[in-house]
Amino acid sequence: MSELNYVGKRIPRSDGAKKVTGQAIYINDLKRPGMLYGAILYSRYPHALIKSIDVSRAKALPGVRAVITADDVPEIPIGFIKDNRPLKKGKVRSMRDEIAAVAATDPDIAAEAVSLIKVEYEPLPGVFTPEEALAEGAPLIHDLDFKGRPATSNKVKLPWKLVCGDPDEGKSRAKHVVEHEYRTTFVSHCCMGASGVVAEFDHDKNLTMYSITQIPYLAQGDYLEALKVLGLGRSKVRVLCQTIGGGFGSKLDTHCYEFIAILLSFATGKPVKILFSREEEFLAQATRQPTITRISQGCDENGRLTFREIKMLLDNGAYTSWGATTPSVMMVPASSLYRVPNVFYDADIVYTNNLYSQAFRGYGNPQATFAVECSMDELAEAAGIDPAEFRLINANQPGETSPQRFQITSCGLSECIEKVRDGLGWDQHLAAKAAGNHATGSKARGMGLASLIHVGGGARVYRSDGHGMIMKLDDFGKLSVFTGAVEIGQGTESTLRQVVAESVGLPIEDVNIVSHDTDICPWDVGTHASRQAFISCNAAIQCAGELKKKLFALAGEQMKADPAELEMREGSIFRKGAEDQAMPLLKVLKRAHFSTQGKMVMAETFYDPPNEMLDKEMKGNLSCSWAFGCHGVEVEVDTATGQVKILNYQAAHDVGKALNPLFIEGQIYGAAVMGTGMALTEELRLDHGKVMNGSFTDYKLLTAKDVLPVTPIIVETFDPAGPYGAKGIGEPGCVPSSPAIANAIYDAIGVRMSELPMTPERVLKAIKEKNR
Amino acid sequence: MKKHMQFILNGHEVTAEADTRQSLLSLLREEFELTGAKEGCGEGECGACTVIVDGLAVNSCIMPALEASGCRVETVEGLAGPDGSLHPLQQAFVDFGAVQCGFCTPGMVMSAKALLDEDAAPDEETIRTAIEGNLCRCTGYKQIVDAIKTAAEKMP
Repeated sequence: MSELNYVGKRIPRSDGAKKVTGQAIYINDLKRPGMLYGAILYSRYPHALIKSIDVSRAKALPGVRAVITADDVPEIPIGFIKDNRPLKKGKVRSMRDEIAAVAATDPDIAAEAVSLIKVEYEPLPGVFTPEEALAEGAPLIHDLDFKGRPATSNKVKLPWKLVCGDPDEGKSRAKHVVEHEYRTTFVSHCCMGASGVVAEFDHDKNLTMYSITQIPYLAQGDYLEALKVLGLGRSKVRVLCQTIGGGFGSKLDTHCYEFIAILLSFATGKPVKILFSREEEFLAQATRQPTITRISQGCDENGRLTFREIKMLLDNGAYTSWGATTPSVMMVPASSLYRVPNVFYDADIVYTNNLYSQAFRGYGNPQATFAVECSMDELAEAAGIDPAEFRLINANQPGETSPQRFQITSCGLSECIEKVRDGLGWDQHLAAKAAGNHATGSKARGMGLASLIHVGGGARVYRSDGHGMIMKLDDFGKLSVFTGAVEIGQGTESTLRQVVAESVGLPIEDVNIVSHDTDICPWDVGTHASRQAFISCNAAIQCAGELKKKLFALAGEQMKADPAELEMREGSIFRKGAEDQAMPLLKVLKRAHFSTQGKMVMAETFYDPPNEMLDKEMKGNLSCSWAFGCHGVEVEVDTATGQVKILNYQAAHDVGKALNPLFIEGQIYGAAVMGTGMALTEELRLDHGKVMNGSFTDYKLLTAKDVLPVTPIIVETFDPAGPYGAKGIGEPGCVPSSPAIANAIYDAIGVRMSELPMTPERVLKAIKEKNR
Repeated sequence: MKKHMQFILNGHEVTAEADTRQSLLSLLREEFELTGAKEGCGEGECGACTVIVDGLAVNSCIMPALEASGCRVETVEGLAGPDGSLHPLQQAFVDFGAVQCGFCTPGMVMSAKALLDEDAAPDEETIRTAIEGNLCRCTGYKQIVDAIKTAAEKMP
């Protein structure tokens, strides 16, 4: 481990040249011979009965090859609890409800045809907040629950309840208790590349999906189910992922538009491409799960947490995608961010006529941590303890088992908090405050902290959290690595290449990663849960071991050496300690191959991490490594305008081991800006279920001019289960931004912001309320 | 209605028949198969379609193709040397981690190129202003700004 050639080095990404020259092929760039263009008609009402659909004028338009509605196709149940259909029959439940679809020879014709479809609706009263949806007499959004029984309320029955220890005992023991409500809203992924797919059937009715999914193998399963419904039970599905223009969780489910493309391709016998406009991307791509969180927690006289109680109300929207399952991760900070012995967590998920939600970087963790970490500051104040000190008193430590039965092996939380504190100049700020020397008045300054815990060693949300890998050495000494990993920009393929070169002992240029093809590459559960580097690199280490066993057996024969004594470095095989008498890999391979009864060298493995599914009580070691971090910011609040300016942003992350610091910094910079957008500017505004700001002019993403002075701090704790000690870092960076900023605003002006985003309007309003 | 047009594309004189309603982006992508420039929004808001027209970075998705008649148009495909060697900006983007998903990259690189053609030693503020109209969801912009700064220093 002492001499690493590639691991830990700032090696630029291997797909960089393709991307800077414009050669990378995204779904936008893909054309297939004879390809048609699909377009979708969405609902005009958030809740209505469909009385009739007239597609005659659309069908008559020259260039139109197919027009389909729910009446023309068999029902394909989709979504987490199968309460959704690609095309809606009889009733629409949200503004994004897909009613009809067209395939035409040209995108303009397809769009025109969609505009010619006449739908007659009978509007129904709608519900647009979870509170409204739970009120007595509220209209039922689904008549049946997901088991087909008559629905009695708008609640989605999911088992998100966790009790650890004895919360009542913890409450009675608490010297200080705080309670507050926090709200987060709809946030859009805003991948720069909008959603798209090409569905293509061959002559034998096998389906190829040119796709941008983060879950090619689970998607393959979903598409196969759809084909069964179409009577194509024997057909095969191949998923070919294109270069993906941003993921962030948005491609973790299979979406209506993908099935619509399949239906259109099936109807026409031609490849059909559906590519979202930006407006569609805001409307019909599911959002981050909005939350209403009631939190109370308490500590004893020494500042040690005694209990935490969280009740959440979640707006499910009209259908159920992964948003409804985010409580499984919201529980992680609820139960295990800091040492808290007694925990109660409960989430109610309620249908409304809003857009539905799905996975989004952090998978609910940012929303939950917003409540937990703001509440930590409130409690520190109630207890009269410095917020940084309060966090250190309660910080998780290595070797602990949390109340939810997470086994914390490596943990650098305290170090992260200390480094952020130092980077901010926290102690100097405290001293200046005590002396009355800090900036107040119309440009008040303040500092705030927030920490995070997240899965860092995979997450067993499915029965398998595994990753298959095949390695193949060719006659030229080059290695092809077949992996199910999906590259969504995070650099997973490049990291994997480094780890493969290191563990096999080859020059990195001789490693070729083959991916994004379900026909060729072995199964992987998907690019989610910050798991890809952890899982695929562990698979690589395991597979490299298998490969070298075979290779050294052959080399041992040729070199008259004990295979156990052999090593390979940069493509040279030698006896340990006798590097000068090395044999080139190429020679070993050629001799082995080009001989009678010859052999080639290949290896395969399936790595499944030692983590556990949550049990019925929602307990178990969900991830075999846990990622920690702390963000700290200094803000300046303009009390005349409500504008919040970030003057300093320190972001410390316990990454186990930095496999490539360049990429880790990229993840931290990007996630901190994304987290800050969620904190300050980003909100998909819905009015009676209708998107009011579905464009980049009106939906406020941060730009290069919103200079965010982020200092990434990498803390290495060398996790025993991690590849070379590494843990996940994809999601953690956007988790603590909102509470760190909210806490800094409070420190600056004494106003507790409890709703995201903390826009100037909201800050001003909160100041006025405080002064009232 | 289609009209004949002539312009200089990445150093070569070219002709095309462009529809009066067609955007420059569509012409470049559909007729010339230069798919580096991307449509991220189609409304001139995200900058993924940025190309350089007579020295100015433009959103090609909202520029009528015919307006490029007689102009010098540069796209990301024209940046690398004849031997395939990357332009210093492209190289710096790769080296500094300024590329993640890469969708905004061609537009981002072209905005930076237009800036450096005009101002060989821009300060950070100027760089950030030049790429303000290029949205990126992955990187947080820091490594992009660093790449542009370094490329400026390295360029002759």
